[in-house]
Formats: sequence, structure tokens, C-alpha cells
Amino acid sequence: MNLLLLDHGAGNVTSVERALHRLGANPQRANTAESLATADAIILPGVGHYSALIRALDERQLRAPLVAAIQRGVPFLGICLGLQALYKSSQEAPELNGLNLLPGHVSSLPANVKLPHMGWNQLQLSRPSRLLANISPDAFFYFAHSFAATEPNGEAVALCNYGAPFVAVIENRNIHATQFHPEKSGAPGSQLLENFLEASHS
Amino acid sequence: MSLARRIIPCLDTDGDRVVKGVNFVGLRDAGDPVELSARYNAEGADELVVLDIAASRDRRPTFIETIRRVAAELSIPLTAGGGIRSLEDARSVIQAGADKVAVNTAAVARPELITELSREFGAQAVVLAIDAKFLSQPATQTNNGPEPSQPDAPVYAYLSRPQTSAPYWDVMVRGGRESANMDAVRWAQYGVAAGAGEILLTSMDRDGTQLGFDVPLTAAISRAVSVPVIASGGAKLPEHFAQIFSEGSADAALAASIFHDNVQSIRVLKQFLTAQKIEVRFPC
Repeated sequence: MNLLLLDHGAGNVTSVERALHRLGANPQRANTAESLATADAIILPGVGHYSALIRALDERQLRAPLVAAIQRGVPFLGICLGLQALYKSSQEAPELNGLNLLPGHVSSLPANVKLPHMGWNQLQLSRPSRLLANISPDAFFYFAHSFAATEPNGEAVALCNYGAPFVAVIENRNIHATQFHPEKSGAPGSQLLENFLEASHS
Repeated sequence: MSLARRIIPCLDTDGDRVVKGVNFVGLRDAGDPVELSARYNAEGADELVVLDIAASRDRRPTFIETIRRVAAELSIPLTAGGGIRSLEDARSVIQAGADKVAVNTAAVARPELITELSREFGAQAVVLAIDAKFLSQPATQTNNGPEPSQPDAPVYAYLSRPQTSAPYWDVMVRGGRESANMDAVRWAQYGVAAGAGEILLTSMDRDGTQLGFDVPLTAAISRAVSVPVIASGGAKLPEHFAQIFSEGSADAALAASIFHDNVQSIRVLKQFLTAQKIEVRFPC
């Protein structure tokens, strides 16, 4: 399987790569339109500022081929900013357009809690999930973000609550995404990545 | 369901070894960083901090290599600090596998560093480390700001303590050896406004004493800023951890030697905190 780890230059791709290696997967780090055209599965990691990811995708002319691949049905996993990028836009950089694959917007978490939302938190499952198979419903995952999709439209299989409920895990046909970092979330995170790899094979 | 309080072991490294000391002096060998990291990752540490206490230019490649080897062992977040003076320094440890960088002396010398790092890597990747020391009888004549040659005089004029005899926490730099003549609470607030996403707060009064964390200091800083605060310095007993979470409002607690020396197991500590109804990631 040609597993593409989209290396757009904004985000720590190395930790995701290492986590996948531990599972015996052999991801290809690349950032070209051609690599997206031939990928059997795509992982889009991202940390930092929303604008850094969106600008990096546009500067490298990856937006159109990425959207095309996802619309073609290629299994996709977005991590952190890779989840936020799926929506129409983000309050973190309102002037930019997101990938617009999901309805809705990304907004700031409320100011009555400490931000960033940094550390280990639990999920609230909304419906059965492939990504969360064989993972305890009490498992903790590692979050590090200040913005989130706070108005779920049915795409979420799990929410998290920090000041407000927000989308923590997405499964929508071939589109998978997590607001937390599975590559930094110990054994449950590793299991989630393995579940994605399995879903991509089938 | 709520955000768990974090337990963070810290590795102070010199070259390729972990070292430890009391009040930042009298260092001795405490083990291999890679071995300890693997152990803490397995025992349920929520994050790991690795600091280069020598922070000398010629030892830099060794530290980067340590970060690379430690990161390879971890499935939890990693913070690297010590000697981060520029965007390039930060990039080298992040590329080696660190998720966050901690800045201390270099940020005091040039606060814009915080903003530069935050713009490049995001606030969640920038930890402002503050070494604070209580001054019960401050000198009436304190720092009146920077030398005239400093380009950002207003910053220091704001941060330097106004002439007062009221006690406060002073910011210490260069591994705790020098006073920066700055109010730690105001410096924390300034750092957050500049782009820091987290504060790593070490009490110089408690560090190495094993008398417990500094509750008043941690509570003061935690109240003053809108970002998570990691309390550090003085931990020994599980009760110390419970106290800094409940009374000090710490979001995370960091310790070094008690974990290295097996005085305190992370698993037992988390069992204790769970029994005290303090939310931690457990079982982990």
C-alpha cells in the first residue's frame, strides 16, 4: 500500500512517521501533486498556526490534488490542523479558505478555560467508530490546540469537552480525522493509527 | 471527563548523560537519558522534558543527538530546553523530534524570541521557563530598566520591579545564578502576551529541597496567566503533588531526581492522586 505522509513543511511529520514505523507501516514522505495522485491512503499532520498549514498547501499547489484525492475516496486521516483544514474556514485565520470538505467552521475555544487546551483528555462517543475500535471508552488522548470545530454537523464520532463540546474524531466515508495527536497518545493513539491502516487496506 | 493533571519527569542533561544537583549546583551522574525516557514512557509519564543544563555551543550536537534518541523512545510529548537562543536552535531540536521548546535566559535577554518562536511553531510549542526566587526584603534600588543601548527599553521598564519594599518573586537567569531583576508574575504575563503557550515555573527556593512544591508562587502565577502552568522544584511525596494541583492550581507537575532514583514511582503516584479525586491519566 502506498501510504502518503503529506510533508507540507508546517508540522512535526517525524513523530507521525515514527509512530507508523512502530506499527510496521512504511509511509512515504512527499509533498507533490503526483504523490497525491498515486496515494492509496493519505495522512495530513499539522501543528501550529492554521495559516501555516493552509499557506503551505497553497504554495506547494497541493490543495486541488489533495481535495481531488479525498473526493475520489482515498482513505484520509487528518491530525490536529489536518482536522481543522477540512472545514470551510477557521477563526484563527478568517481570511483563508479551508479545504471545504465538511460544512462548518473552526472557532476559538471559550476564554473561560486555560488555552491552549494542552494535555490528556477523554472522549464522548457519539456513534460506533472504526478508528476507536479496540480502544477503551475511558482512554485519554493528547491534545494541544486553542481552536476547534465547536458545531458538529454529524461528521463526529466522538466529541471532547473543554470549555465547550468540540469535534474530537471524524469519520465521514473515507474522511477520518482527530483533533488530538494519536502519535503522542501512547497505546490508545497507536491503536487508532493501526485502525486507520486497517480501514485503508479494506 | 476533564483535562487530566500531568506528571512530567525532567531529565537535566550534560553531554549525553543525565545529571542532578541541589539548588542547581553539585551535579552528579543520574543515568542514561534514553534508558530513563523509555522507562518513564512505559510507567505512565504524561510528557517528558529534557534540558541541556550546560547549554554550551560545542556540546550542542550531542544534545540534538540526545533529543533524537529520546524522541525515538517516546509515544508522549517531548519538550527540549536549554541553550535555545534563536529560531534555528529551536528548529534543530524540533526536527530532532521535540514537540515543544523551552526558553529561559535567552527570552529574558530578548523577549521577541518568544514571539518569533510562537509565530513559527505555534504557541502550543513554546514553553516559557521561569526560575523564580522569593525576595522578602527586596533592595529598594532595583533594576531601572536596560542599558540605553537596549533596543526594547519599554519592555524592561515595564517588567522591572518598581521601587518597593514589598516582597516579590524575582526572575533568575543563567541556571539560577543571576538575578534578572524582574517580577516573575509580570514576566509570566508578558511572556504569554508575547506568545508563550505554557509556563514551566521552577521555585529556586524549593528546588532540590524535597520539601514540596512552592504553593504560593505557583498559585500566584497560575492566577495571573491564561495558559497552563507546570510547577517544578521541591517534590518528594505524593502529597506534594496533590497539594500543588489542589492548592497551587498547577496544570502539571514536574520532578527529576525522585523519579530517577525510584524514590517515587509514577504509577504509584497516579494511584494516589486518583484516590484523592484528582484527575490523572490512569490507567495509562
